[in-house]
Amino acid sequence: MALLRYESQVRPPLVSGDKDYHQVTEDICRPVEAKPSRLWWIGFIISVALLLFGIFSVAMEVTYGVGQWNLNKTVGWGWDITNFVWWVGIGHAGTLISAILLLFRQGWRTGVNRAAEAMTIFAVMCAGQFPIWHMGRVWDAFFVLPYPNTRGPLWVNFNSPLLWDVFAISTYFTVSLLFWYSGLIPDIATLRDRAKKKWRKMFYGVASFGWTGSTKHWQRHEALALVLAGLATPLVLSVHTIVSFDFATSVIPGWHTTIFPPYFVAGAIFSGFAMVQTLLLVTRKVLKLEDYITIEHIDVMNKVIVLTGSIVGIAYLTELFMAWYSAVQYENFAFFQSRANLDSPYGWAYYIMMSCNVLFPQIFWIKKMRRNLAVTFFLSILVNIGMWFERFVIIVLSIYRDYLPSAWSTYYTPTIWEVGFYLGTFGLFFTCYFLFSKFFPVIAIAEIKHILKQSGENYKANMGELETESLDVFEEQHGHDHGA
Amino acid sequence: MSVKKFITGSFYEEAKLFPAVKKVRRSGYKIHDIFTPFPIHGLDKAMGLRDTSLHIAGFIYGITGTTTALGFITWALTVDWQLDFGGKPFFSLPAWIPITFELTVLFSAIGMVLTFCYLCQIAPFVKKDHFNLRSTDDTFVMALECTETTNEAEVISFLESLGAVDVGVQYKETGWWLGRYDKESKRIEQNVETAHS
Repeated sequence: MALLRYESQVRPPLVSGDKDYHQVTEDICRPVEAKPSRLWWIGFIISVALLLFGIFSVAMEVTYGVGQWNLNKTVGWGWDITNFVWWVGIGHAGTLISAILLLFRQGWRTGVNRAAEAMTIFAVMCAGQFPIWHMGRVWDAFFVLPYPNTRGPLWVNFNSPLLWDVFAISTYFTVSLLFWYSGLIPDIATLRDRAKKKWRKMFYGVASFGWTGSTKHWQRHEALALVLAGLATPLVLSVHTIVSFDFATSVIPGWHTTIFPPYFVAGAIFSGFAMVQTLLLVTRKVLKLEDYITIEHIDVMNKVIVLTGSIVGIAYLTELFMAWYSAVQYENFAFFQSRANLDSPYGWAYYIMMSCNVLFPQIFWIKKMRRNLAVTFFLSILVNIGMWFERFVIIVLSIYRDYLPSAWSTYYTPTIWEVGFYLGTFGLFFTCYFLFSKFFPVIAIAEIKHILKQSGENYKANMGELETESLDVFEEQHGHDHGA
Repeated sequence: MSVKKFITGSFYEEAKLFPAVKKVRRSGYKIHDIFTPFPIHGLDKAMGLRDTSLHIAGFIYGITGTTTALGFITWALTVDWQLDFGGKPFFSLPAWIPITFELTVLFSAIGMVLTFCYLCQIAPFVKKDHFNLRSTDDTFVMALECTETTNEAEVISFLESLGAVDVGVQYKETGWWLGRYDKESKRIEQNVETAHS
């Protein structure tokens, strides 16, 4: 009974360094228990400042109306919906890592899932702001809910993709939050039991729900995690599918495309992983967690990026082909006049999208590049820029030149308040992330301990001898006694 | 509330814990609980705990969500307030699949988490006893329940012979916060089938 599961020697260890269970606790709790660094304060203050500017921008919009934004006759969805789709997309990687990779039994997810899930939740919080404030009369936002009212009761339109979106995003947020927090409870209990100061004992005591680590509780916890993962997996896919329905069920050339659901989901995973890379490359460095978020993790996430980036690329090409093959003049106009045309007012946006999303990530076919931190960081930023432009291209470039040429002179540029709103969501996102990384463990402690004896460097090294043993000896030492 | 006596021992190795659990149960002592910093697969089986039926609860909640969504939308759009969209049928099921699916997931997830918290009796502001604070760090803490006839010294030396360290006696007030699984434990048979023996 030395091993609970045998893992191949070919696989590189997921936890490097000479670690035992206690060392894992120490390493991951250290940044939480230490005083915040100067770097943390600088980052936090900048984030809060951005958040305040965002609040001010939104206040301007609420006070004076949506006219504060430069939306015009044809461009009814501009930066706000672009940013909405962008943030929702980013919010896909966390649940993908924690749910789908849990079902696929991918051990490497344990190093990155907690931070990625947190990122998901914060990104969805940011995304939700845009449709809400875009309503203009935000005090009537509750109209989107089906509640008995005095207008009939007139129910919401259950056939509308925009309403599906309301349900999809709010369900996704709730389920992600439950999944994340239920996983966090045992780790908070670890912090609670290590706490020395009174406020820490109280804070983590309340937040840990009185977790004890009882075997029965763990059994239920495992069952809960597995079923939530099973639920979250189709949920992740459904959310961006439904977001794509916002466009795909319309009759706008450039929007009503049947490949939108898979294309959007691939794009969401693509941009989500890019954001995970950006954040984790900084987090592992600042919090000194290189032993847990290793180069192997970076490598494997870059593989996902090159895969999903290429799927997105195929989707772009398919769109162009279908526009040409359909021989519909409106489709042709949307794709070959408005988008893939450098002479058109927004042609540059299309080519930024193409190069950042399809061309540049191809560098990750080379192993050396996948394992290069500087290249990865730079590429992850480029991908996020590219994916923002993808949404901008889809939304604005399909509608800024309407069917009548008289409606063409409408070059849409955002006002300072639209930009401010966007910056404000960055503030919200990073404020939350800074607080999370200060008060909660950014790595799932219990899950790392769970894989430590299979994938820890020091344990793996001692496992080599097994391969030279004869089968009989191995069976004798490690086999199961299934009872007579 | 009465006071109960427990004998606790700490283990640092799964390899020692599993045989110890087996021997302790064979000897007829009652394991109150084992507290571990992370889930150890097979330990529940070794302790004779029955499987959880939490997933069945999840399924029931999910079905509830499905019927709630489908039932309500059908009623609202075909009975209560019919909306004519270009002459399409009032009962337009395909358009309702997204919301039906979302509510299924939502009901199931919320229901399961609440049930989980209820079964484990955990909630904000709840304090529970787990005998040794290091059991959330790196120690597997086994707590044996003592009866009036238990020979303390014998149990302590028995646990020590199985590889337990820091073996000692602890007195606790009984109450729900200690957790009780008496009804769930199955009697040990001569040849226990465990995943890891």
